[in-house]
Amino acid sequence: MDAILLQLLNGLDKGSAYALIALGLTLIFGTLGVVNFAHGAIFMIGAFCAVTLSKLFNMSHKATEPTGTDFLGNPKFDDILYVVDWFGEDAGAWMVDWAVPLAILFAVPIMLAVGFIMERGLIKHFYKRPHADQILVTFGLAIVLQEVIKYFYGANPIPTPAPEAFRGSFDFGVLLGFDPNAVIYPYWRLIYFAFSALIIGGVFAFLQFTTFGMVVRAGMADRETVGLLGINIDKRFTIMFGIAAAVAGLAGVMYAPINSPNYHMGMDFLVLSFVVVVVGGMGSLPGAVLAGFLLGILESFASMNEIKNILPGIDQIIIYLVAIIILLTRPRGLMGRKGVMED
Amino acid sequence: MSFSNLTRRGVIKTGAVAGAGLALPTYLSAAAHTGFTNAPTGDTVTLGFNVPQSGPYADEGADELRAFELAVEHLNGMGDGGMLNTFSSKELKGDGIMGKKVQFVTGDTQTKSDAARASAQSMIQKDGAIMISGGSSSGVAVAVQDLCQSAGVVFMAGLTHSNDTTGKDKKANGFRHFFNAYMSAAALAPVLKELYGEDRAAYHLTADYTWGWTQQESIQASTEALGWSTVNNVLTPLAATDFSSYIAPVLNSGADVLILNHYGGNMVNSLTNAVQFGLRDKQINGKNFEIVVPLYSELMAQGAGKNIAGIVGSQNWDWKLENEKGDRYKGTNAFVQSFGEKYGFPPSQAAQTCYAQTLLYADAVARAGSFNPCAVGEALADFEFDGLGNGPTLYRAGDHQCFKDVVVVRGKENPENEFDLVEIVEVTPTEQVSYDVDHPMFAGGDLGECNPGA
Repeated sequence: MDAILLQLLNGLDKGSAYALIALGLTLIFGTLGVVNFAHGAIFMIGAFCAVTLSKLFNMSHKATEPTGTDFLGNPKFDDILYVVDWFGEDAGAWMVDWAVPLAILFAVPIMLAVGFIMERGLIKHFYKRPHADQILVTFGLAIVLQEVIKYFYGANPIPTPAPEAFRGSFDFGVLLGFDPNAVIYPYWRLIYFAFSALIIGGVFAFLQFTTFGMVVRAGMADRETVGLLGINIDKRFTIMFGIAAAVAGLAGVMYAPINSPNYHMGMDFLVLSFVVVVVGGMGSLPGAVLAGFLLGILESFASMNEIKNILPGIDQIIIYLVAIIILLTRPRGLMGRKGVMED
Repeated sequence: MSFSNLTRRGVIKTGAVAGAGLALPTYLSAAAHTGFTNAPTGDTVTLGFNVPQSGPYADEGADELRAFELAVEHLNGMGDGGMLNTFSSKELKGDGIMGKKVQFVTGDTQTKSDAARASAQSMIQKDGAIMISGGSSSGVAVAVQDLCQSAGVVFMAGLTHSNDTTGKDKKANGFRHFFNAYMSAAALAPVLKELYGEDRAAYHLTADYTWGWTQQESIQASTEALGWSTVNNVLTPLAATDFSSYIAPVLNSGADVLILNHYGGNMVNSLTNAVQFGLRDKQINGKNFEIVVPLYSELMAQGAGKNIAGIVGSQNWDWKLENEKGDRYKGTNAFVQSFGEKYGFPPSQAAQTCYAQTLLYADAVARAGSFNPCAVGEALADFEFDGLGNGPTLYRAGDHQCFKDVVVVRGKENPENEFDLVEIVEVTPTEQVSYDVDHPMFAGGDLGECNPGA
């Protein structure tokens, strides 16, 4: 029972990441009709916003007096952080420790800008082109973006830890009557799940309860009619592209302490996220979220030794197997709408 | 099918392509050359350095390239000479190799076997490389070694740790300076016994490919010989990034040691996840839960950050070796000095093995008095040397594997900088990590005959 509970938590956690990325993908596809293969790269850029802020806070100058010798026997000068110089010992140390949460504030404007530039500068030229062209150009863009990141940050993963207060694990088991340490789960992963739920809820609330959201939903349903009413739907869709980029970027920021970011991390999520979108139903926001969590949970359960002993290798194919089954039984995905990508 | 579009030009084009394709194996067996493949005719000789310049191991590849460049500089008499000054063989005089100036070309393995073979093939065919070296993966090493055997050039392997490279996949034209999975396990066993005792239960997570399998097999055999039990061995996909669903079952498995048979990004992520799940703070049956990473690398340690604190593993070499363990490891400081002055930071073990391999090849040519791969192979076979940083070393003739001491390290609790992440716990002597050529873990292969390509 404790093992099942643990894998359920793992599944919700994995599902959070899948759902957040798939939500952004679906927003873009639902509004602009673009199949955006660069969305994983946006997630990666979000994670590197956290890395960048952490590096900025760790920028230092050399002390004036040597404190020993370096590996070559030359005088060694300690590094003194600028944030300590400027804000004092305690505040400087706090900023370094809390770099990841603070990066949320740093990342939002950057990711919105990345989204706008990407949409206005490149993707808008491909709206009327076939999906194959869109896939090629956005995939190319993803490769360019990851190579740019690799150029500046290298290929090696860069550790970006969570604040000290959130390291370690929470003993869930004790709450549920299990033995101590039977069901423990890392604090930061729990925060990631809560954060994802908050973002997903925020996006839905924005679309559901604001006039802007109402217009966007109307545009997703019937773009031409909304345009005939004199509403500049293109402008709103561009803003939605920026919002989708911000959602993926924030998912990346918060993911940075879970696994050290590297330039390739977007590609690792990209294919899975597309499977999530397809399983959820092209253009369906609730479908993307549902499928994200469903596939995350199934993937976690498939990794259990008891399952792998019966079906070796099932953990490597489970997501694709489920995708095949769902597409065979429900060709439009779990919550797909009629007419989307069917012309 | 219709042949109505058949034209004279089309036939000629098709014929040319087919002809080139058929000629390729002939070229690679170098029947068209006299003597041996890419025999140097002018006053230069070209070496081919095949390293990952893109992909996840690009940083490790960059460090290998730095070492190769430094080695070429030293061979050509530039710089301070580095380990040429400490190398026990004195054949190399800083005038290139046999008086021919050394130049080099590079290829990008991308850490993919097919790409690595293609780049090695290009360096051999187009650039006339007479020796191929480098790499950061056993899959790549085995593939390129096989190509070099067919092409009739020498392959001086870079970072490759699978038993198979000098086991079932060994080739007469291939030589490995780096240690292997068996040696890691043999070196770690006595240290693990001393640190954690004889009554332990180990849980293995193993990367599902050739290196992972041989590493797991080796460390399981060594730890079981100590009296440890093996609770489980779970194979993890090479492409996995989040290991939480593999780590979670460890918590209540009864195991008190987790052995991560992972390398590169896999190791960084699995170790990070294991620490996040509180394994390092856990106690099982009154014993502290421990994590072991059989193969360490400096870049992995950097990627894992503070999570490596207290984690034990093994290395082929460490830049602090001579300072901490004395003159037996002479050459280390000379290399660190050269490398550090040129690049501003200490070299990695990948850099050291690539540098050493280049010097060993050049020295073998000089001693043999020929670039012929078979003559070079004979010169390297059972060659005993010292002064390249690892202590007295033997290049065994039976499998072309180097035998030398193995360094056991542990992640530092409070590293001073990003290059000083591990401390040397022990250096396990050569005798304890040696094995017979026909050891079962290395069985199934045959060196075969040296191929000079002619």
